[in-house]
Amino acid sequence: MSLPAVDVLSQFLAQQPEPVQRVVDTVTTGEAIAFWVLGPLALAGALGMLFARNAVHSALWLVVTMLSLGVLYMIQQAPFLGFVQIIVYTGAIMMLFLFVLMMVGRDSSDSVVEVIRGQRLAAALLGIGFAVLMVGSVGRALTSVQSKGLAEANTTNGGNVGNIGTKLFTDYLFAFELTSALLITAALGAMILAFVGRDGKPARKTQKELVEERFQEGKRVGSIPGPGVFATANSVATPALLPDGSVSEESLFEVIEATDSSTLSDDLAEVAGTGHQPDSHALKGSES
Amino acid sequence: MTKNFAAEIGDTAKLLADDPIWLVLIKVVGIFAFLVVMTLFMINWERKVVARMQHRPGPNRVGPNGWLQSLADGLKLAFKEDIRPVLADKWVFFLAPVISCIPAFLAFSVIPLAGEVNMFGQQTALQLVDLPVGVLVVLACSSIGVYGIVLSGWASGSPYPLLGALRSAAQVISYEIAMGLSIVAVIMFTGSMSTGDIVGAQASTVLGFAPGWFGLLLFPSFAIYVVSMVGETNRAPFDLPEAESELVGGFHTEYSSLKFALFFLAEYVNMVTVSALATTLFLGGYHAPWSGDFLNTGWWGLLWFIIKTLAFLFLFIWLRGTLPRLRYDQFMKLGWKVLVPTSLVWIMAVAVIRTGAIQQLSTAQRLIALGVVVGLVLLVSFLLPDKKVQDTKGVPLAGSGFPVPPLDLAVPKSAPKRKVKVANIPKDTAAVTTGKEAE
Repeated sequence: MSLPAVDVLSQFLAQQPEPVQRVVDTVTTGEAIAFWVLGPLALAGALGMLFARNAVHSALWLVVTMLSLGVLYMIQQAPFLGFVQIIVYTGAIMMLFLFVLMMVGRDSSDSVVEVIRGQRLAAALLGIGFAVLMVGSVGRALTSVQSKGLAEANTTNGGNVGNIGTKLFTDYLFAFELTSALLITAALGAMILAFVGRDGKPARKTQKELVEERFQEGKRVGSIPGPGVFATANSVATPALLPDGSVSEESLFEVIEATDSSTLSDDLAEVAGTGHQPDSHALKGSES
Repeated sequence: MTKNFAAEIGDTAKLLADDPIWLVLIKVVGIFAFLVVMTLFMINWERKVVARMQHRPGPNRVGPNGWLQSLADGLKLAFKEDIRPVLADKWVFFLAPVISCIPAFLAFSVIPLAGEVNMFGQQTALQLVDLPVGVLVVLACSSIGVYGIVLSGWASGSPYPLLGALRSAAQVISYEIAMGLSIVAVIMFTGSMSTGDIVGAQASTVLGFAPGWFGLLLFPSFAIYVVSMVGETNRAPFDLPEAESELVGGFHTEYSSLKFALFFLAEYVNMVTVSALATTLFLGGYHAPWSGDFLNTGWWGLLWFIIKTLAFLFLFIWLRGTLPRLRYDQFMKLGWKVLVPTSLVWIMAVAVIRTGAIQQLSTAQRLIALGVVVGLVLLVSFLLPDKKVQDTKGVPLAGSGFPVPPLDLAVPKSAPKRKVKVANIPKDTAAVTTGKEAE
């Protein structure tokens, strides 16, 4: 009694590794140097992403990893993949992550409350499963997969980009269409979640309608006069004066008008010119 | 690696493949110097042109005719106090201007400044590298450059820069889509993403006289690119991330001294880069407007390239001097609801035309295809709802205290005309007027 998946897995593990033949491509010195620079950088980025305290710093470390991977692709004769990695992952996806993180704010710390029951157990199980998969595939890649190299793909039939396009739209068309369906579904879902219905409310007015409405209601069309700051005194309590010299009621700030006048006595004295004024004594440095 | 690409690479890449290291270094320094000088020149030129448009003299004190003003400003900026806000994130605040500056310079490495030239006895092309995916390099650099703006806004730790950064992120992501789509048509026509090949494909003439530039052949793509390049560089009328009247200075409000200078430099270098890319993709790069001439060879290419790039830069200045800033929702609507759909439809059309040209269709087949397209357009136009016609005759209701006649105003009939002639009026009624004569 065994599950079919286990059968497949056991067969997979029981396979004899085929003899390794990798003479198609040789690693040039430049490539080796680039790998030993970019590899540690990518690893450092990944570790930094895990251990950074700040969410935005974490995202930035991840950007370092993605950029390193992109450059590695370019060096390994896949320039298109490398630049697409930078444009799509670094430029768009991580930017959206940053966008959300910035909206959330810099002071929000991680929540330690478990909202899903059995979260840790599930995480541990999935983590172990993922580790097994990774070890299996990497092990297989190192032992039994033949390195074919991209030399042929990059030179024949339209080169790198042309070959990726051909593969994508012939052999992997279904997977490609499924992915696009997934993305469209996600986009639609996001739109529905974010949509604020206007049911029952009138349609949004255009700018022209708003302007006409403002003029028809007979409100003041221009802006209200500001306080008379800088005219006679450097205080917002100073009212603006109309052409006939009277105080413009619209320029008065209601908070200041509601304030007890004794708290503003300094300002009043300054405006009236009755406060302390510098005189010739000020030149001597001390009053005598 | 060059050996593996041998069958695929274009002529420019072959020319560049055997450049010695010293020549590459000279080109790197040359490009850097070109961009910095262009920045200094652009700042001055912009101030002078905008001043001229506004009937004022503009900078005219430092150097001959004021042309050294930006150099003096730059030097002064370097010696100013470098202020870091208390709430700022130390490292990110420092890194952000650098991140915005480096990709701006990097993007210029794939721009072909001129064709085959002789530099110090070495046959080479006036271009640093010619990658098979050259156009993507510019897109990638611009998408990295946004990090500088976004991080500067976040790291400043104050609200206005944060708002500017959020706007900028949304803006650049939206307009990058339109920009990428506008480039697609060019790539479809050229069959290559290398900038050298794209310029090479525009060398011929169409109809015997007109230059075969993609700006003429693919005009909708060109228009979309020009709009999105202004959006991508955060310039007026799309300068929402640093809208002075709304956000103080936007993302660079808290920056001063050299860090601010770096942002300034990045903005202008980005402008030069997108203008140069527009020249490369749509205006035939370093080719003269006519073909097959002495003026179309060697170093003369640099002249044509610079003239075309300057024309785009002048467009930037002109826009800034003319148009008011868009509202944010209008700006987003333009990007997503006009530029992107137009681009998609246009790419479809180009693909169909290209397929028709490649497949060597017969005239009947072409006519059928044309008929199908026209039928589809008609169908769509029938399905579109009619525009609501507004009643323009109605008198606007006014509550503003101005004397406006009521809506149901019935105009009274004019007074009945005299039936009796003046001469026949009896004397006694005309006594008042004739009394004097009687005396």
